[in-house]
Amino acid sequence: MNTTTFRTDQEFFFDPQRCIGCHACEMACAECETNGQTAMIHVDYVDRFLTTQTSVQVCMHCEDPVCAKVCPADAITKDEFGIVHSANTARCIACSNCVQACPFGVPKKVEPLDLMMKCNMCYDRTSAGKKPMCATVCPSGALFYGTREQITRNRPKSSPVNTFRFGQQLVKTKVNIMMPKGATELIVDSE
Amino acid sequence: MATLPVTAENLIAQFGPSLNFPPVQGYPGRDEPDEVVKTHCCFCGMQCGIKLLVKDNRIVGFEPWEEFPYNEGRLCPKGVQRYLQNNHPDRLLDPIERVEGKGFRPIGWDAAYDRLISEIQRIQGQYGRDAFAMLSGVSLTNEKSYLVGKFARVALKTKNLDYNGRLCMVSAGAGNKKAFGLDRGSNNYSDLAHAEVVMICGTNVSETFPTLTHWIWQARDNGAKLIVVDPRLTPIARTADLHLPIRPGRDSALYGAILHQLIKHDWLDHEFIANHTSGFEEAKKAVESYDLEWAERTTGIPKDKIMQAAQWWGAAKTSFLMHARGIEHHSKGVENVLGCINLVLATGRIGKPYCGYATITGQGNGQGGREHGHKCDQLPGNRDIENPEHRKYISSVWGIEEKEMPGKGLTAYEIMEAIHRGEIKGLLSICFNPLVSLPNNNMIREALEKLEFYACIDFFLNETARHANLILPGSLHEEEDGTVTTAEGRVVRIRKAINPPGNARTDTSILLEIAKRLGAEKHFSFNSSEDIFNELRVASKGGTADYFGITYKKIEDNMGVFWPCPSEDHPGTPRLWEDRKFKTPDGRAHFHGVPYREPAELTDADYPMILTTGRVVSQYLSGTQTRRIGKLVEQYPEPLLEIHPQTAARFGIKDRELVKVVTRRGAAEFPAQLVETIREDTVFIPYHWPGRKSANQLTSGHLDPISKIPEFKVCACRLEPQGRPAPSPAETKAYASA
Repeated sequence: MNTTTFRTDQEFFFDPQRCIGCHACEMACAECETNGQTAMIHVDYVDRFLTTQTSVQVCMHCEDPVCAKVCPADAITKDEFGIVHSANTARCIACSNCVQACPFGVPKKVEPLDLMMKCNMCYDRTSAGKKPMCATVCPSGALFYGTREQITRNRPKSSPVNTFRFGQQLVKTKVNIMMPKGATELIVDSE
Repeated sequence: MATLPVTAENLIAQFGPSLNFPPVQGYPGRDEPDEVVKTHCCFCGMQCGIKLLVKDNRIVGFEPWEEFPYNEGRLCPKGVQRYLQNNHPDRLLDPIERVEGKGFRPIGWDAAYDRLISEIQRIQGQYGRDAFAMLSGVSLTNEKSYLVGKFARVALKTKNLDYNGRLCMVSAGAGNKKAFGLDRGSNNYSDLAHAEVVMICGTNVSETFPTLTHWIWQARDNGAKLIVVDPRLTPIARTADLHLPIRPGRDSALYGAILHQLIKHDWLDHEFIANHTSGFEEAKKAVESYDLEWAERTTGIPKDKIMQAAQWWGAAKTSFLMHARGIEHHSKGVENVLGCINLVLATGRIGKPYCGYATITGQGNGQGGREHGHKCDQLPGNRDIENPEHRKYISSVWGIEEKEMPGKGLTAYEIMEAIHRGEIKGLLSICFNPLVSLPNNNMIREALEKLEFYACIDFFLNETARHANLILPGSLHEEEDGTVTTAEGRVVRIRKAINPPGNARTDTSILLEIAKRLGAEKHFSFNSSEDIFNELRVASKGGTADYFGITYKKIEDNMGVFWPCPSEDHPGTPRLWEDRKFKTPDGRAHFHGVPYREPAELTDADYPMILTTGRVVSQYLSGTQTRRIGKLVEQYPEPLLEIHPQTAARFGIKDRELVKVVTRRGAAEFPAQLVETIREDTVFIPYHWPGRKSANQLTSGHLDPISKIPEFKVCACRLEPQGRPAPSPAETKAYASA
């Protein structure tokens, strides 16, 4: 039962062409009291020698999260809204199985705390009907939190994609990446 | 005054810059703040709305303000971290005075005021009133900008008042006044939404105005083509439909060449030109010979790209042209601006929905601060200090005789030159760090060393203030009520969240006390910021920047009001020129003939490379504030020399190698950053850093003849690789370079 005010009509979209590499998302993410000044979203240059292009890696919140599957301590859970939560601090044994297994390279072992930490889509905010912090502050709209109807209407030249193919592995995610109009999946490793 | 009282290293150890990081668990009380204050970011001209969290008279965090219509919660990293200044260990908490050989020691406020007044009186008595100058800045609110203008003329009685907007928007202001008779962006950003072509010229939007990126993308989502004119492939240029990689200093040639094509192909609005403009023939004549071959040779942009830009601009039904410092920081900054305006007027696309033109004002209150009288040639309401009618009106508002009103003074860089020549002996500054932000700063340092007395009002001991005899600890943006005017021309409310810490005082109370002690109390009997604003309203009445109909309540009720707003029942003016009644003497918009001329300093055998300067997203202006915020410093810790790999190969420069950059004014060493995102004939250094890491040791003091803006964006340099890798940023500590 939904005892929160989590808005199930809202989704997370990332549009790499809009990213300006400003790091506002990281800085705002780190401000959250549960993150203890550690950002759960990461911005990097793709190749600064060649281009100013940057990319953001945020937890994709997989429908069938590998991180949770490989966790020997049952520390990672997916909730009824599809949020894959960061490791339960009491259970996590910092084995790094999830760090190794995630196809997107999202979970990070935070050494001083001996704990895996990753994005939980600002559950404190989203469960109260608000947007995640990163998508609230993003100055370019590279990160957007809203309805599928909104993004389809507002960005007619792009399509949201949440199906990824890593070789033989098919991964479906809660988070969408904006791709050229008509795209339906992203083949990350086509061999 | 001589050199620093002790070494810069000693002063840095005591006063910073030091880096402030929030505690890992956040500041206590963030989850249960006493107050959530809706205000604006203290940095750029976008003035994004933001909510500050207050606990026990301290700022403990922020929340996005999603209801504010311009940014809807969006922020850049500077905005996210802005709240870290109030809790900063470098904060000045007492007045301090210079002690030779020792540094600075705290003194009481009374003693500080006594010292200041006696030095002002001594210097003005001995050398004349104008020998005491004042420098100000447009991070100040409208109220403080107005107050400084009045203070300098009525209390200090000097003509030599100027401000750091001289390094910012003056070329745009002068160009707009010549063309339209009024200095404001003609449109607000909602007119971007359905512009068919968006052309942005010399503006690194994604790093200097990050939240504006959203508005540009909104236009692109609706089908707009984006044209970016910039010598570098900036983040916004990366995905543009057309990037014109212009050779620095050749901007007016590009706009002349595009106008040539508009005329040649008859992509003109003849009705608009005939009925609402003047000077078209002169503009046409100036560009007669500017064909594509000439344009390619001059600008370094392939001619097919120039033609493509002209075609898109010519064929569009709607459009929005914006420019910023990239075309304005030139010895022909005003001409570059007029060249852009010619393109807007030729196509008649102004004063209509989705037909826009605007400079993107740089500083927080770069717009409002340049309207109400702390420019050397200006009085409130954007009036002219040399116009007898204007002098008479403002004198009557201020309760002084017109003949007591000083005349036009020197501009910012010229004030420093006059100090260097020994003509100006005393200086009071607020909100300005010229040792970092003015060009040719070896000259600036020599000038500071020649002052007989220098007093500074600031919240941190900035690099220039180290040369002061007396520092009065002032207030942060969040420590005083007021208003600012955003780059859109929207007047918004800055709300006081906390009191200044320790014995620091508000800037306003400091200025009022000095005025009182100078014997001008009767002209400065303000009890609140709103009192000052209400006098500003009257002073601006009838001027082009007319705020008379704007009240605090009206701003609060409407989340901002666009000037001009001449009466209380007037809704404000989000879009100018819908009535086609331009504010020029003949009521028409003016074309100008813009014959191309070269930048002041050209490359030659000794100085073969073009040097241009600019900014990075994590720093703001001279860095007084942002070089003290830990995460912002870590994001881009030291200035890098951006150089094209082909050029680097030619000079034998490797990535991260230390390179000495030499110009006719100075030399400085920077690590090389090899990138294909810059022209091969150009190198780039961002300018936010002080001392040995300051790019402005190299830049030139050539000024635009009209606006007196310095030519930061182009000079000639030589590159001398040092044959060794640069030390790590952690070792260099550029944020606190001596």
